[in-house]
Amino acid sequence: MKHWYKILSVIIILYTLTWGLLNPVPRLDILNETIRNVYYHVPIWFAMLFMMGVSVVYSILALQKNTAVNDTKAYNAAIVGFFFSLPGLTTGSVWAKYTWGTWWTFQDPKLNGVAVSILIYLAYFILRSSMEDESKRARISAVYNIFAFVMMNVFIMVLPRLTDSLHPGNGGNPAFGKYDLDSNMRLVFYPAVIGWILFSCWLLEIKNRTSFIKIKLNEKI
Amino acid sequence: MKKYSLLLLSLFFSVVTKAQVGIVAAEPEMADQFRANGKIYIVITVIAMIFLAIVVFLALIERKIKHLENQVNEDQSINSKTNS
Repeated sequence: MKHWYKILSVIIILYTLTWGLLNPVPRLDILNETIRNVYYHVPIWFAMLFMMGVSVVYSILALQKNTAVNDTKAYNAAIVGFFFSLPGLTTGSVWAKYTWGTWWTFQDPKLNGVAVSILIYLAYFILRSSMEDESKRARISAVYNIFAFVMMNVFIMVLPRLTDSLHPGNGGNPAFGKYDLDSNMRLVFYPAVIGWILFSCWLLEIKNRTSFIKIKLNEKI
Repeated sequence: MKKYSLLLLSLFFSVVTKAQVGIVAAEPEMADQFRANGKIYIVITVIAMIFLAIVVFLALIERKIKHLENQVNEDQSINSKTNS
């Protein structure tokens, strides 16, 4: 049964969509009910990070064996990750407007880091599309992708922890500590992360299969 | 005397309940009212239906991809046979 993870992801996401709105959450000032955004906004970013990780693995495989299949998979995973970052960014912006009072703040290192990371990946897509020769494109973009993934982790995961940030889990305060997530919220948050990661795998599979059809059609011509 | 004490007691309880109402209002505001009249379930149903619609759409796309894959593979096998 090769569809098991798709069915599982749909069941898990449905659970988080329903129970995520109904379960009791801590009563906090300013956040109020928006604390439930943790179930939807954060897992989207986790799925994005996961897809970028998958992309890097295929890039390393592409460098090792230099096959078109691995190169295509690496590119597709980066595309899926990129499209997960867009709702992540917009939902974060809406949440920020009603809790921090602004759509975007350059005071927050995480927001800046995300903006830079997205530009890095845009550069990756442009770099790939600028090269005609396939094996050359596979190698150069794989090397750049590894660099991009490391830079993204520095910008999103490392730098915001070193300075003050509005995001929880940054600027010295631990993420998912007892003040951010109580045990009720964990029951929805962790499944949501798994569900959206599985869902991103489904999207990647669809993307891969369409590109392989395209490659085969090109081979015939 | 008993009458008066009962009256006093009832007055006292009304004050206590008032005070509790005051405490509730001082807590951070949540969507208690929204949940109390029960219609949150309708919103959840709508969200779930939208998500399921997207999932069905994805599954249909996948089925189409499957057809295309079969077609491409068939064409290839025919081509390889004619070439050899």
